Amino acid sequence: MNYNVDEKGYYGDFGGAFIPEMLYPNVENLRQNYLKIMREPSFIEEFNQLLKDYVGRPSPLYFAKRLSKKYNTKIYLKREDLNHTGAHKVNNTIGQILMAKRLGKKRIIAETGAGQHGVATATVCALMGMECIVYMGEIDIARQAPNVARMKMLGAEVRPALSGSRTLKDATNEAIRDWINNPVDTHYIIGSAIGPHPYPDMVTRFQSVISEEIKKQLKEKEGKENPNYVIACIGGGSNAAGTYYHFLHEEEVGIIAVEAAGKGVHSGESAATSALGKEGVIHGCKTLLMQTKDGQITEPYSISAGLDYPGVGPMHSHLYKTGRAEFYSATDDEAMQSGLELTKLEGIIPAIESSHALAIFKHKTFTPEDVVVLCLSGRGDKDLDNYIKYFNL
Amino acid sequence: MNRIKQKIQEDKKLLSIYFSAGFPTLNDTFTIIQDLEKNGVDFIEIGLPFSDPLADGPTIQESSTIALKNGMTTETLFSQLKDIRKTVHIPLIIMGYFNPMLQYGVEAFCATCAEIGIDGLIIPDLPLDVFEREYKAIFEKHGLLNIFLITPQTSDERIKQIDAASDGFIYMVSSAGVTGSQSGFGNTQEDYFSRIKKMNLKNPQVVGFGIKDAETFKQATKSTKGAIIGSAFIKHLHKEGIKGISGFIKSVR
Repeated sequence: MNYNVDEKGYYGDFGGAFIPEMLYPNVENLRQNYLKIMREPSFIEEFNQLLKDYVGRPSPLYFAKRLSKKYNTKIYLKREDLNHTGAHKVNNTIGQILMAKRLGKKRIIAETGAGQHGVATATVCALMGMECIVYMGEIDIARQAPNVARMKMLGAEVRPALSGSRTLKDATNEAIRDWINNPVDTHYIIGSAIGPHPYPDMVTRFQSVISEEIKKQLKEKEGKENPNYVIACIGGGSNAAGTYYHFLHEEEVGIIAVEAAGKGVHSGESAATSALGKEGVIHGCKTLLMQTKDGQITEPYSISAGLDYPGVGPMHSHLYKTGRAEFYSATDDEAMQSGLELTKLEGIIPAIESSHALAIFKHKTFTPEDVVVLCLSGRGDKDLDNYIKYFNL
Repeated sequence: MNRIKQKIQEDKKLLSIYFSAGFPTLNDTFTIIQDLEKNGVDFIEIGLPFSDPLADGPTIQESSTIALKNGMTTETLFSQLKDIRKTVHIPLIIMGYFNPMLQYGVEAFCATCAEIGIDGLIIPDLPLDVFEREYKAIFEKHGLLNIFLITPQTSDERIKQIDAASDGFIYMVSSAGVTGSQSGFGNTQEDYFSRIKKMNLKNPQVVGFGIKDAETFKQATKSTKGAIIGSAFIKHLHKEGIKGISGFIKSVR
């Protein structure tokens, strides 16, 4: 079984490029050039240099001793929260801004949910001196105020998405409309492993530095490259795609995805796409998607702005359908408790997105011999308000 | 013969109107179509509303949202159109995004369209290669034309490809941008229009996006077969209701 993208841009039944003709020249240009550019020695050198000196990679693989003891297994945390800008998102924006420069683009647009991708995009635009416009749902602007301020300080213009549920899905719609309106000078930096081909594959490749490092670091610590399990939270699925990438074809490695169940998978307020979704087309790709019987996309809910998306990336749909990955979901409450637990046991305040991944230990029991690597995709600074409110701190 | 193919043989510039089915109120669909025909519109695009219309600006986004809130669904639209061919004879096209059609089942969707007497479909987010690979045979079986879009950024090579795959007409998007965002016709359009004219395509072109009144209609159809008005008509419906249809069409022609 192949879990990578095929020549036509599909992961099994999922993926493709379902885009209006207005976007065709840009997406086709990217499709024809992205691999060529990514393989240029000067690109590789610049990308690696920035990841090292600017982002602070490699990010540590930390053995979480007290958490391991509590759950009687060996838990390693891949510390993407320690990256510059506080999450894994910057791996991809560094790659894509270098790509945009080589494609001759002058203007950058992006969508953001939690604001982490928006901040990471605004950051690399400041670094490269490029114009930056970030679309963000009006609701998310309210619940992620510190990130909005950071983007503005970095020189980006934050445009509110006022349609639909006013969250990530709608911000993505607005970014796509902007790209249709500005077809020549603009590159759209998609932050998740979604969108029309080649985006899911390109984002996955930029994020794959996560699993590449895990292999090396685990070899040093455990004497073997492969853990028994890799675990990540999934909204669109970029940190998960990066965490899984080099293990997709290593059959001995179990792949675990944790989605956001909101107030409960069947509560009507959830973002657990694998449980609730059906095959459909959203934002240019065929994937699992939460929708009505009539094919209207439904509005998801999660306490975590970064997981509040009605679809998952096409690679993840394929992993789900083929059974390669096990899918779980964590409710708001489970995630918040798991976030607090990590804080108390390890002195690390995780992003609420990452807290969903941590909730796996409430759902699945691992053996004492299992080596489990969990991607701690982001830090919780941006979520302090939410934690404070939730726990009455 | 398909009504669209018949229509494009008429020796005149064609005026087409787009509206969102289920707007302003759920059951206006039948009346709007009849009134448009009565007032001399040449063919109609019936918009199947979608929650996430990527290629549309605020006007059509809003009319789609209202239509969905009014309760419009694919089933409802089909049942509203059940008897349309008893009274309406001009070509009818359904324009909508792919996901609702995919959920209905593309084969079932096409079969129902054929039964009702729909002549063609415009599906902006169904790309040419996927159509040819997976759905072309179904469309042909049911006698439906699939209308493709071209834009000022579409390369000559791709235009030729689209021309070869098209039957009926080519939907020529007037300028870069989502629906309702264009301010008028300028030099860029002139160049684009003359480039297309020189290509001598086998299919006639009908222009859409940015047509809003008699002047823009005239400009758009100088070297093409016709033009489509969407956002401007919907704005008018919003203001005047369906009573104002006749006045609007007369102001364009």
